[in-house]
Amino acid sequence: MTAARFTGISLAALIAATVATAASAQTIYVSNEKDNTLSVIDGQTMAVTDTIKVGKRPRGITLSKDGSQLFICASDDHAVQVLDLASKKIVHNLPSGEDPEQFALSPDGKHLIIANEDSNIVTVVDVPTRKVAFQVDVGVEPEGMDVSPDGRWGVNTSETTSMVHWIDMEKREVVDNTLVGPRPRYAQFTKDGSQLWVSSEIGGTVSVIDTGTRKVTKVVDFHIKGVAKDRIQPVGVKLTDDGRYAFVALGPANHVAVVDAKTFEVKDYLLVGRRVWQLALTPDQKTLYTTNGVSGDVSVIDVDGLKVTKTVKVGRYPWGVAVKG
Amino acid sequence: MMTKPRLPGLLRSASLAALAAVLLAGTPGAGATAQTVGEIRIGLLSQTPEPPPSVANPDEPAADDGLAGATLAIADNNTTGKFLKQTFLLDSVEVPPDGDAAAALRELAGRGDRFVIVDAPGATVEALSKLPEARNLLLLNANAPDDTLRGSACAANLVHVAPSRAMLADALGQYLVKKRWPRWFLVTGRRPEDKLYADAIRRTAKRFGAQIVAEKEWTAESDVNRTAESEIPVFTQAKAYDVLIVADEVGEFGDYLSYRTADPRPVAGTQGLVPTVWHRTHEQWGAAQLQSRFKAAAKRPMTARDHNDWTAVRVVGEAAARTRSADPDRLIAFIQSPDFTMSAFRGAPLSLRPWDGQLRQPVLLAADRSVVSVSPQEGFLHPRTELDSLGYDQPETLCKTRGKTTP
Repeated sequence: MTAARFTGISLAALIAATVATAASAQTIYVSNEKDNTLSVIDGQTMAVTDTIKVGKRPRGITLSKDGSQLFICASDDHAVQVLDLASKKIVHNLPSGEDPEQFALSPDGKHLIIANEDSNIVTVVDVPTRKVAFQVDVGVEPEGMDVSPDGRWGVNTSETTSMVHWIDMEKREVVDNTLVGPRPRYAQFTKDGSQLWVSSEIGGTVSVIDTGTRKVTKVVDFHIKGVAKDRIQPVGVKLTDDGRYAFVALGPANHVAVVDAKTFEVKDYLLVGRRVWQLALTPDQKTLYTTNGVSGDVSVIDVDGLKVTKTVKVGRYPWGVAVKG
Repeated sequence: MMTKPRLPGLLRSASLAALAAVLLAGTPGAGATAQTVGEIRIGLLSQTPEPPPSVANPDEPAADDGLAGATLAIADNNTTGKFLKQTFLLDSVEVPPDGDAAAALRELAGRGDRFVIVDAPGATVEALSKLPEARNLLLLNANAPDDTLRGSACAANLVHVAPSRAMLADALGQYLVKKRWPRWFLVTGRRPEDKLYADAIRRTAKRFGAQIVAEKEWTAESDVNRTAESEIPVFTQAKAYDVLIVADEVGEFGDYLSYRTADPRPVAGTQGLVPTVWHRTHEQWGAAQLQSRFKAAAKRPMTARDHNDWTAVRVVGEAAARTRSADPDRLIAFIQSPDFTMSAFRGAPLSLRPWDGQLRQPVLLAADRSVVSVSPQEGFLHPRTELDSLGYDQPETLCKTRGKTTP
């Protein structure tokens, strides 16, 4: 077992060395919540090439616009850490407010909007100056975050309040709220910004919200044969840029749902690792990665074939995932 | 780190209404038009029986045990409420062990509280539910585990947030059976509630195919602390068994059993491995967030009693948010409808059993410093929800007044 893994790593290193100059090598970053580390996976060999020590209880992670840095919510350090990917060193912290869990980067890369889970606040950080731009009050246990593609809306879901809070980024205040199913975990705008998809972990549903009216227009339900309804707990949602699919991580149901993003029908359920939470697509949209907390691994899904092609062991309780193209 | 001062310990003080009003005034609401604020008053009637002097419990419960949970839930409700123009108020009244609970309930009802959380022994809960003044209230039983309250003494104005003894016993029994530890040695204390706990364990054994291979009653009235090492090995001599199950709700002797039994066997029940709604080490399903929010406000870990009171207040808050209404009649109907579900950091959503008014819920099995498991256990199937494998199911209910409507 150990020997096999060592061979794997050295082989990976060898391949990495020989194809280092090849274009478009992808790297996958995974935060391990209970290890205080980041696993680095080579997108070609699917081997873990490095494990980087980061702050306490790392959860949400996202790449900077130029792809040179990774922002990490180090929840128990009450900071967003900035990791320089070339040197693999934490270069500085951003002020984040207490207990940052998830965040989203504005399309221009200037603002990081952060959910402060313990204090019912969203903190907006000006990335270049590393200063807090403003804070807004939201519901109980803010979690899911996204920014609309036009930069107008910052959205936040609050888990115990069960709402989407619409932050007008210009006015710097909450101007509308949309009630969704219990315990909303994740929010993502469609590429054209016309819809917001929001998962409800305890509701067991995904709500599709029209951005113009901020009303729920569709609720997607899930049924897996042999899995109790109350084990279907949707968390991460990823929409393909071409508007074809929505992938939904179903938590302890250990499946990723494939939803037709146009008809809202569930096309398939893909079996992945245990307690699947967050998802990330590669920039070319060909591959989807999932973090499986309880089994401590990452599932690799081929988007065209809708098949799980590989499982990669990472640290304890993998939470966030980001792909550098 | 913060750029502007935040509200200190959000809504911890008694002047909840005032603070909520400030919040409302300063917060962009759901709509631009002026709307009247819906005020929802919730009463909390607490009564804590005095423990007998012989009790071994080294952990003195906090003075605000229970109340601190309700207070946090009011703050949670108000945070949500500010977006819906709803404000929640808590009227807390502490009734002495020999005090007049009926008078306290009348006072709360007189203040306009249509929801009253009763955190008191079963006898008090039953008496209050029968008062004429309680007829149009919703009483939320947040403490008493008595199965009779859900059975022959059930009432249309009474719902149960705390799990029943049958649910607790089933939660423990499922795990022991799953572990293939089906031979139980039942040790029952001398108090009436211990007999009820033992009855629940016997019912569980029957349901899940376990056997009570030995039974003994603990009758000593004295503090056994000094003599336990010599007494308990003798007392626990029994024929072959897998687990010693102790029924000692008040904690007179149960804590002295572990490590002193004649045979090396684990202890479970009211001490040892304990079925409970909450434990300070529970962190799954977002529980870590509630734990840290509670700790920041109350300066101590959340207890099961705190959690029951928190859940009771949140039941009302969740109903108000879902119906967008502050009308008590509407909320009371919604809470008891099949559409009501809420999250309580234990995985599966909570909802109400229409046949006895019991809140369906997962139950933790906790040791001193860890959560060992969460029931229902996998494999204990139920056509409706696995949660209904805990406690009295619809066909078994002894409640007649609520009607056996299909959920």
